[in-house]
Amino acid sequence: MSTQTILPIDRQSVVELSRSKQEPEWMTALRTEALELAGSLELPSLTKTPIERWNLKFDGGYKAALPVDQPDRLPEKVRNLLDDAIHPENVLVHYNSGVVYNSLSPELSAKGVVFTDLETALREHPELVKKYFMTCINKEENLVTALHAALWSGGVFLYVPKNVDVDAPIQALFYADDPTTRFVPHVLIVADDNSSVTFAEHYVSGDMDGGMVLNGIVEVIVKSGASVHFATTHHFQPSVTDLTYRRAHVENDGRIHWLIGEMNLGNSMSETTSKLIGNGASSNMKVISVGTGEQMMNITTKAVHIGKATESEMTTRAVMRDQATAIINGITKIEKGATGSNGEQAEKVLMLSPRARGDANPILLIDEDDVKAGHAASVGQVSEEHIYYLMSRGISREQATKLIIYGFLAPVVAEIPISRMQEQLQALVERKLGQ
Amino acid sequence: MSNSPKFIIDGLQATVEGKQILQGVNLEINGGEVHAIMGPNGTGKSTLASAIMGHPKYEVTGGTITLDGENILEMEVDERARAGLFLAMQYPSEITGVTNADFLRSALNARRGEGNEISLIKFIRQLEAKMKELEIDTAFAHRYLNEGFSGGEKKRNEILQMMMLEPKIAILDEIDSGLDIDALRIVADAVNSMRSEQRGFLIITHYQRLLNYIKPDFVHVMMQGRIVKSGGPELAERLENEGYDWVKEELGIVDERVGQEPEDFAVPMNTISPRKLS
Repeated sequence: MSTQTILPIDRQSVVELSRSKQEPEWMTALRTEALELAGSLELPSLTKTPIERWNLKFDGGYKAALPVDQPDRLPEKVRNLLDDAIHPENVLVHYNSGVVYNSLSPELSAKGVVFTDLETALREHPELVKKYFMTCINKEENLVTALHAALWSGGVFLYVPKNVDVDAPIQALFYADDPTTRFVPHVLIVADDNSSVTFAEHYVSGDMDGGMVLNGIVEVIVKSGASVHFATTHHFQPSVTDLTYRRAHVENDGRIHWLIGEMNLGNSMSETTSKLIGNGASSNMKVISVGTGEQMMNITTKAVHIGKATESEMTTRAVMRDQATAIINGITKIEKGATGSNGEQAEKVLMLSPRARGDANPILLIDEDDVKAGHAASVGQVSEEHIYYLMSRGISREQATKLIIYGFLAPVVAEIPISRMQEQLQALVERKLGQ
Repeated sequence: MSNSPKFIIDGLQATVEGKQILQGVNLEINGGEVHAIMGPNGTGKSTLASAIMGHPKYEVTGGTITLDGENILEMEVDERARAGLFLAMQYPSEITGVTNADFLRSALNARRGEGNEISLIKFIRQLEAKMKELEIDTAFAHRYLNEGFSGGEKKRNEILQMMMLEPKIAILDEIDSGLDIDALRIVADAVNSMRSEQRGFLIITHYQRLLNYIKPDFVHVMMQGRIVKSGGPELAERLENEGYDWVKEELGIVDERVGQEPEDFAVPMNTISPRKLS
């Protein structure tokens, strides 16, 4: 596929934009290299998912953000979302191509926590960004990652210093409503040794004429003994195509806990990978999704065990309605040398419609003997036996079905660390289930 | 409407997977009465309980069932429950993600009707009181429905539900299986505390032991998908001492079972082929 057909972006405009933002030379060079690579790379190849047939318009232009210093100066629709979902302190708002609002409590600032948009971080903490940017994912991986590296803007940089425990959750809202602009946010989180932090992000689209693509990458570096809770919900309308990569590198005794709500209405692809590099590192991944309409989803969870005594747990639960399709992959990879490791995964799909499709593909790639690994994959319908049991207590069939479906997703929703976000996810689930 | 319920089963016939199990069951239960049905395995006892409740696997092919004059067989499973029927199951389902408390509250509110829902505080108070009576750890309320419960715990959970829902006719399907002597006494005490003119009980049991604690008014023996003998509590004692052979001889029955012996664990399957279920 020729890049000319999907991206009328030229090298010169990339260089000019980078320089106008006063980016360091290494970043400008990274962008141009990536753009050049994009010319010869292919789209990611996804099992049973014809991504090349999706609406992949990568031609959005860059539109400078108009930052505001008070949340009530934000555009109304954004402000409403903020009130609904997010506490005004320790929050960042990325709107279309750039970040328009960012605040951090003075207490956290005093402890050395850095929470800014990535463009600002590049100017104010260039060494930190350079050390970690695009280390969890290679720009050469495929066309999408290359384009991301070339065109990213706005985004998040969160750095938590050694031994600092951040109690209040740090939150970000990513909102898009202009299909003429590009939506390429990059989230870079570094939790230094023995620190802990909870980060919650929310992706939403507003009414728009036409479609656009989210080309998003999240990198989380969990250093020795650190602990990160990462919660995210995606809720885009049908005309938005969601391509998201989430990658974490976890060092000795580090822990990462992912909580992911894939609630889009359009086509989406996401891959969430934890690389357990240090001994004793662990990862817990929980994903829920509700498929509706004619959307196609490809959801991958992956854990790579490199260090000894590393642990991973991945759970994906999807409810499929209408003619939606979900290809759900769970990949547990245990490299040679990762002795004493344990990798568990479970993919469960609940089918509510005979025309929907849910594939659960568990994959174990194990190159070490002294390990434990397990998987469970199931695709099924609501059990008539369970419906009967609930109805036998006087609960109507409709109510019984509802209880069972919510119950199917409940174990994951219940784990969301922020109660407002939990309520919001529950509301999204209800809306997608047509209640 | 009379306060004392009247439950009449007349000539009930039922099949499962095309096999005739119930061959014409006749039974009348009034408020204030405790009936026990005993019989060897494979005689249709559990089928009777499931057919009364309306389990989709069982097809009623003849006869009637009425509760206070209303035809139960024309009602959906949930309507039968709201009309006042309760079945404590032999193999209660485990349903993940639905807490015991949420489930019970939904059931209670379904019974009370829209606009008349029970307040949360009142519900919790009632629930905790009953849980204490049954010596169930109150933490169980927030566990998922029957998930990880032992057999005995599931049975006590069935009785807890019965106590909260206050049915007119309560059917207990082998409530004693899987219970040790202490749990048995707790369950029996709970059942006895619910005996009243406003309630009738149908206790299906394999062993006479339970009936030492819950004294029945009437005892029936089921064989070949039919009630073949009825009597008072002394009938249960005689069966305990002498077994069933004398009954078979008396009635000229050679094989008391119906068709093929139903599998013990046929009921709790989670996947059912796509037959049209009512």
